[in-house]
Amino acid sequence: MPSAKSLFQKVWDAHTVRTLANGQTQLLIGTHLIHEVTSPQAFGMLRDLGLKVSMPHRTFATVDHIVPTDQLVEPYADPLAQAMMDELRKNCAQFGITFFDRASGKQGIVHIVGPEQGITQPGTTIACGDSHTSTHGAFGAIAFGIGTSQVRDVLATQTMALSALKVRRIEVNGQLRPGVYAKDVILHIIRTLGVNGGTGYAYEYAGSVFDGFTMEQRMTVCNMSIEGGARAGYVNPDETTFAYLQGRPYAPKGAEWDAAVARWKSFASDPDAKYDDVVKIDAVDIAPTVTWGINPGQAIAINENVPHPDTATSVDDKAGIIEALAYMKLPAGEPIKGTKISVAFLGSCTNGRLSDFQEVAKYVKGRKVAAGVKAIAVPGSQIVALQCEKLGLDKILAEAGFEWRAAGCSMCLAMNPDKLVGDQLCASSSNRNFKGRQGSTTGRTILMSPLMVAAAAVTGTVADAREVFSVN
Amino acid sequence: MSLAKITSVTGRAVNVPGNDIDTDRIIPARFMKCVTFDGLGEYLFNDVRRQLDGTEKPHPLNEARFKGATILLSGANFGCGSSREHAPQAIAKYGFKAVIAESYAEIFFGNSTTLGLPCASAAREDIARIAAAVEANPQLEVVIDVTNQEVRFGGQKVKATFRESARDALINGRWDAIGELLDGRDAVKVTAAKLPYLVA
Ligand code: SF4
Repeated sequence: MPSAKSLFQKVWDAHTVRTLANGQTQLLIGTHLIHEVTSPQAFGMLRDLGLKVSMPHRTFATVDHIVPTDQLVEPYADPLAQAMMDELRKNCAQFGITFFDRASGKQGIVHIVGPEQGITQPGTTIACGDSHTSTHGAFGAIAFGIGTSQVRDVLATQTMALSALKVRRIEVNGQLRPGVYAKDVILHIIRTLGVNGGTGYAYEYAGSVFDGFTMEQRMTVCNMSIEGGARAGYVNPDETTFAYLQGRPYAPKGAEWDAAVARWKSFASDPDAKYDDVVKIDAVDIAPTVTWGINPGQAIAINENVPHPDTATSVDDKAGIIEALAYMKLPAGEPIKGTKISVAFLGSCTNGRLSDFQEVAKYVKGRKVAAGVKAIAVPGSQIVALQCEKLGLDKILAEAGFEWRAAGCSMCLAMNPDKLVGDQLCASSSNRNFKGRQGSTTGRTILMSPLMVAAAAVTGTVADAREVFSVN
Repeated sequence: MSLAKITSVTGRAVNVPGNDIDTDRIIPARFMKCVTFDGLGEYLFNDVRRQLDGTEKPHPLNEARFKGATILLSGANFGCGSSREHAPQAIAKYGFKAVIAESYAEIFFGNSTTLGLPCASAAREDIARIAAAVEANPQLEVVIDVTNQEVRFGGQKVKATFRESARDALINGRWDAIGELLDGRDAVKVTAAKLPYLVA
């Protein structure tokens, strides 16, 4: 009997080419996703070295960070954005790479497009020059966010040099309370294990909560693995995974489908696999969670008070609290609930999928965004937009006072016209609350689930969605 | 491709203290609207160094006495956040040749090593000692000895470690893996042939 292995080890072994002189592994990357921000320099390096793209048929491109969500016609108002668009188009044409351009109707945030097209599959390795590539782990893939030189390596060789990771199994068992979402689960995990608790690890998410999760919920959790310091995060593939993939454009068809499912199943972790660490979390302990500081680990349950520097557990902790509260302009030791917001952002690769808008629309129907609050809803892809529009969700959101936009990263970060102004406070369904992340050097971000963003939008304050919308 | 063997880095140092300094802080996203890395150095730490109107805020990199420093000192979990290589690129293009910090975020560490930018890890007290010495004498010569994993400055010596794979890559001129990866072409074909999803 071969010894029991985790999915990570099986996928790693299946993709190992050889051991390099420095002890790292040359790992084959089956699927390479690229976007406009981190690829142009890599193509430049490729040209300088006189190299070609090794597997253009395993390389897929989209455009997401720089696209304006309120302007479809080119040239874009920002010439730099247009230049990046042109560069990606040129590179894809020259090297024979499939590009989900805006005219294709399939454009969107790279981590939404891959799964949506059925490109993201179990038992595979995926790399993308973007840290939230961990999203694709929801399908039982090992997916790495990489730097531009590595993008060059993968373009040129379809491989990269990596050191093996340890695997931490994070089990969440029991029943989530009403009004508690996948976003709360991952914010709770990061809060518990810390923003660098995952260094050197891949996270395997398991337990009854994940078994019961839809693919979209699994993606939300895997998406933020990187915010906990983990290099990758995944959920073992199961019937939910296969049902999601069946019939998608790039999913295997006919007889190949059955063979693929059998192969995918074989990659799931063995029941007696050994882990480097195991963490168990009780689902009932998870509440709607919001951040109060300037990294995603600085989070509390909605009914808790913002920490006070006097309660810090160490000198570092104290300095961290003081710095974060000063930046966030939040009073120490006070409730976060009731804090006034000025912007509400629904979208991003964490929470910009159909189910996110469905959940919000269900509750905001007939309600109004509070006076003085700017609320925007940005679908993560053109396909998500279309799905929402078919269901009339765009209308419900628009009637409530949300601006319904075109697909892109939008206000998740500051590379397109959607930006905070001054020290505006934004209730955001995105994944990063770093200083200046949303485009203003003094702009403030509070991360939360989409329904909590909706609750903040209609009340104009950080609020408990369970109370605002009578969720029970 | 032959790469330089980076066995040591010698230069003046500047301390940019703080833990969890993320890549958005190192190079704010709006400066990533570029198709080459040239020119990024100018915007290193931009939003903590400059007001919106471009006037300077108090920051170690703005101090005349630290101009020309090639070694950057910092705290724990340096380079966390995004995978953007723009961060180490900005550090390198600014003129830094090495970083000494308590610890690093993983992707940042890997990206930096690939650029031939050594990232040494040292104990907090030791970094504080280097920082104090540099503060007292900004002209002080600091030597990062990659081979022997130590930092020497003003007659003092502290431990500075590297992940073994990184140390090996730096001192043997293998820090950029592309050459070796290309050499593996035939082995890649063998592995790829066993993976049905890669078939064109
Ligand atoms: S939505 Fe935000 S986190 Fe996701 S890929 Fe875009 S910028 Fe990155």
